[in-house]
Amino acid sequence: MAIIVYLETENGSFKKSALEVSSYGRKLADEKKTNLCGITFNSSDPFKIEKYGVEKLINIKTDHVFDAKIYADLLCKNFRDLGGTIFITGSSADSRFIFPIISILLDASYATNVVEFPSSISPLVLKRSVFTNKAFVFTELKNKHKIIGILNNSFGIFESERKLEVKDYISESLDSNVQVESIKEDGEKISIADAEIVVSGGRGLKGPENWNLVEDLAKTLGAATACSKPVSDMGWRPHSEHVGQTGKPVASNLYIAIGVSGAIQHLAGINASKCKVVINNDPEAPFFKAADYGVVGDAFDVVPKLIEGLKKFKSR
Amino acid sequence: MKILVCISSVPDTTSRINFIDNETEFDRSGVQYVINPNDEFGLTRAIWLKEKESCEVHVICVGGIDTDPILRKALAIGADQAFRVDTKPMDANQVAKEISDLVKEKEYNLIIAGRESIDYNGGMVPGMIATLINANYVSNCVSLDVDQSNFKAIRETDGGKEEISGSLPLVIGSQKGLVEESDLIIPNMRGIMMSRKKPLTIIQAKFKTHQTKTVKYQKLPPKSEVKLVKPEKINDLIDLLHNEAKVI
Ligand SMILES: Cc1cc2nc3c(=O)[nH]c(=O)nc-3n(C[C@H](O)[C@H](O)[C@H](O)COP(=O)(O)OP(=O)(O)OC[C@H]3O[C@@H](n4cnc5c(N)ncnc54)[C@H](O)[C@@H]3O)c2cc1C
Repeated sequence: MAIIVYLETENGSFKKSALEVSSYGRKLADEKKTNLCGITFNSSDPFKIEKYGVEKLINIKTDHVFDAKIYADLLCKNFRDLGGTIFITGSSADSRFIFPIISILLDASYATNVVEFPSSISPLVLKRSVFTNKAFVFTELKNKHKIIGILNNSFGIFESERKLEVKDYISESLDSNVQVESIKEDGEKISIADAEIVVSGGRGLKGPENWNLVEDLAKTLGAATACSKPVSDMGWRPHSEHVGQTGKPVASNLYIAIGVSGAIQHLAGINASKCKVVINNDPEAPFFKAADYGVVGDAFDVVPKLIEGLKKFKSR
Repeated sequence: MKILVCISSVPDTTSRINFIDNETEFDRSGVQYVINPNDEFGLTRAIWLKEKESCEVHVICVGGIDTDPILRKALAIGADQAFRVDTKPMDANQVAKEISDLVKEKEYNLIIAGRESIDYNGGMVPGMIATLINANYVSNCVSLDVDQSNFKAIRETDGGKEEISGSLPLVIGSQKGLVEESDLIIPNMRGIMMSRKKPLTIIQAKFKTHQTKTVKYQKLPPKSEVKLVKPEKINDLIDLLHNEAKVI
């Protein structure tokens, strides 16, 4: 009857989303009066999750490169061994790769883009973002096994310490059907998916030579950089930075848009962000209708001042 | 080689989203439907493969008669044959099972489905199909090369990219990058004429049980007015972000 959380790691450490997934799982386990167990891969500091309410953690040790099918099989096996009924995961690209596979293997009902704690526990009803952040739907999960995929920054991180038992699970070497090789190119940059703050530039920045404005602001804030679609189409920035309806989704705490008009397709993709700031010299730009804070002004004047102000603020 | 492209009919990106019947149904009135953008990138890649190697491109949609214009458009773009599973799909699992059924019968080597649809944003259909038919699977696919029996694909991850290679059959979740926006094919008159003669086969739905149920829709809450800060008072913005929004 246990609730199981999939806790993603990066270089051995739990990702921030893992803490959020645990917090969500803890609350649900309390409501259902059941246990919360976690499954993770290659955690080097497993007791870090104790604070967030996990009671038992299976730490799968494998030297296999990330292979969705193999990871899905290992997760399913451990989910069954733990007597899981509800599986909770985040919404990273890797989770979204693995969990559709798991939903078939477990014959589980699956909801992605969940934005809140369940509105009903029995039956289990979840609020999800649909129409690319233009509406919500309440979805009931009907099968015995259920998967909840929560959107980053939608629930928050809460401490609720429990006594944690950690078990290592050594996976035998598994045959893979595919060869996987990672191509590192974004260097040490913060990814849009994991970032708490995203700074985005649009066509209003006139050309790639002016992107130091976006990059300097992002660096000052410890933020990821993003761009509008035309900017990536014109090759000013890599496609991996394109956000919006046809690009990457953004669900950060703070989204700062510079010289972006706020077309409906752009807004749809970034609307899940908590706080939106727009800097644009046209007071009629549609982004002002979607933003929480706005500056009507020339980006080439405003952004350097903002960077300067932030540097002072940070060094206070 | 035989390629199947899964096509979802979705409201145009500029559509207003409203609901009817006590917020339980999407309001279709006045809404223009298009091929789901992620599917269209995949369809274009399939047509290119067809031009290079000898292969057949089929398209499939699980949907009602109202989705026929979208399938005709896919035929006008260059697909050879279309299938429509006649049902109003209720969840991703049902769609994946219907499509997998056709894949098993026709033995496609490559199945392309959009990374996600822009209406329900589930992002599950390609992975579910791959598992149901026991094929290799690459999500968020931004590059694909295939020959008669093998593939080499690139998947976009959160922080970079991954090259995945193996043997067919393969299912991919397609998105921009697989082809560029400017590569999308706009059907010409000849394509439109020919599409009318190409077969569009209606298949009876087989999977009628659902694993999820839609309870109710909800529109976004009204947004409060934007707070404007003067460029010469930029420190006020820093103050608001720190003390009011608490995001820095
Ligand atoms: C099917 C479809 C899907 C799409 N998907 C996406 C998507 O995923 N993501 C996306 O972004 N777009 C998408 N688009 C495109 C979208 O409609 C817009 O064309 C695009 O978002 C506009 O990009 P932009 O804001 O950078 O450029 P513009 O619309 O040209 O806006 C530039 C803005 O910069 C301002 N500006 C100019 N100079 C300055 C200055 N010196 N200082 C400050 N501001 C300045 C201008 O006032 C203007 O508001 C899609 C379109 C379609 C049809």
